[in-house]
Amino acid sequence: MSASTARIRAVIRKELTEFRRNRLIVTTSAVLPVVFLISPTVSILDIKTQALSTVLDKRVETSLFLPLLVPVFVPAIMAAYSVVGERDQGTLEPVLTTPVGRAELVIGKAAAIFMPAVALGYLIFGVFFAITQLAANPAVAAAVRNAPQLPAALVFIPLLAAWGVWVGLAISTRVTDVRAAQQMSILGSLPPLALSALMSFQLLTPTFWLAAALAGGLLVIDGAACLVVARLFDRERLVTGSRPTRSIPAPVTARAGARAPEDIRSPVVSSQAQQKGD
Amino acid sequence: MSTAGGGSRAAIEVSHLTKVFGARTAVSDVSFSVASGEVFGFLGPNGAGKTTTVRILGALISPTAGSAAVAGIPVGPDGAAEIRQRIAVMPESPGLYQRLTVTENLEYFASLYGLPRRQARIAEALAAVGLADRAQDLTRSLSKGLRQRAALARALLNDPAVMFLDEPTSGLDPVAAHEVHGLIAGLRDRGVTVFLTTHRLDEAERLCDRVAIMSTSLRTMGRPDELRQSLFARSLDVTVAAALADPGRVFGGLTGVRGWKASDPPGSGPAGYVLTVSDPAQAAPAVTRALVAAEADVLSIAPSRHTLEDVYLELIDDTEGSKR
Repeated sequence: MSASTARIRAVIRKELTEFRRNRLIVTTSAVLPVVFLISPTVSILDIKTQALSTVLDKRVETSLFLPLLVPVFVPAIMAAYSVVGERDQGTLEPVLTTPVGRAELVIGKAAAIFMPAVALGYLIFGVFFAITQLAANPAVAAAVRNAPQLPAALVFIPLLAAWGVWVGLAISTRVTDVRAAQQMSILGSLPPLALSALMSFQLLTPTFWLAAALAGGLLVIDGAACLVVARLFDRERLVTGSRPTRSIPAPVTARAGARAPEDIRSPVVSSQAQQKGD
Repeated sequence: MSTAGGGSRAAIEVSHLTKVFGARTAVSDVSFSVASGEVFGFLGPNGAGKTTTVRILGALISPTAGSAAVAGIPVGPDGAAEIRQRIAVMPESPGLYQRLTVTENLEYFASLYGLPRRQARIAEALAAVGLADRAQDLTRSLSKGLRQRAALARALLNDPAVMFLDEPTSGLDPVAAHEVHGLIAGLRDRGVTVFLTTHRLDEAERLCDRVAIMSTSLRTMGRPDELRQSLFARSLDVTVAAALADPGRVFGGLTGVRGWKASDPPGSGPAGYVLTVSDPAQAAPAVTRALVAAEADVLSIAPSRHTLEDVYLELIDDTEGSKR
């Protein structure tokens, strides 16, 4: 069955409405960005004009790295809840009995998390950039404006957000406990972040080509992750929590005493006959 | 396609269905068919395999062995999407999104079914379950009974040919359960085939054309009255004002009476006897005459009445006994 955009839109709309009305998600999505915005902004505004260029550079690196945590952690936490949370509430099974395809559900759920996460990521960088340009002393403002990490961050925000979404969704389809899913997805979102950190802190020389290669690699991984998560989204596993058993091809050889469908329509199946048959 | 029940086209056809989870067999070699428009009760204790059977027929999980067809479509990966389009499943838990209104819940499912005229269908479904005035309420603000109604409205959206209701009155108070019974009766009137999984035997007896009793494998199947007749010997319940001095002399040798036993221990008050008979209607006059001749004060003579619960307990006790 080909994916229906109408169904995907319906999933996105439902997910966004639920997020908007979920106080916990709204609070988490608001508090984390505020923390990761205030800390680097204060750090930048605190730099004195006469600060050494190495101090200035270090502060700018840290300040531009911290906001990158938001587009990774926020979608990872939300995605981790997305499937296991529905299963917890008993809402998943009715959805799985409809004709919605697994790809439609997965894409819809992923998009509903990805879009606000990326918007939030850009918003944080936008606000940070605006404040530093308006309020920091001119030398510091220029250092932020010319930092190579700034354009890199703009590219990495959607890629890291996508990684967080897929890791969270993949874990959410396999784990049966919401809290375990969220903790595991935070751990799962760390590897690309570690690479970004190495570059931001110049432990890995952040050349254009290295950044481009990393971005390309993440893009490929994100694309493949979509397919992997869609495969993990197995109805039987989601409903029963156990791995699907391999089917024995029908028709099955009737054992001695087992009744054909026509026979079984007689009012009472003798329990003796059944016991023999079983 | 073979027929079932009343002889019309089968809505559900199950043949030697088996489902194994690891080392545990949930459903073993089950075969039955359900006629189109029939209300079919599926009974059994906890862990009997009822929900697993519903999930297989709802194309949610695949059988380990055997085959099934729903609405004429074979259950399997190829027909799964089409089956889901033509059926509705109402699980035991209503499974409504608590932060969405009743209408938003229904809109979501109408979109997943890809239905045209969504608003009209939602309005019809809500009217059918008497929930039109609560359409804009968040589902978390509804009582359990109203949530069941909303779930039933959701199940009506796609105008299903077959509806699977898994314990629809579980946890409901008698009033709410009665309302749901009314809704199920309404489904029968609409010609929907209803596959009703339930613990409540009174519910099955009242609503179902036929019932099947499961305990991993199928124990029995038929109309409730057929099951009663075929499982229990026909008998007469006799109550007299005082215990008979020699019941063996009174009942022995009567035409159509095969045997008798006292239903209560001897005492000073009224006494009861259960007579095994070939035909209660024919035996009753002879029994009455014999009692009058013995100068017994007859309080009542009536055919024994067995409920579906008796049938169920007889079969399930038998199953449990054989397991032990």
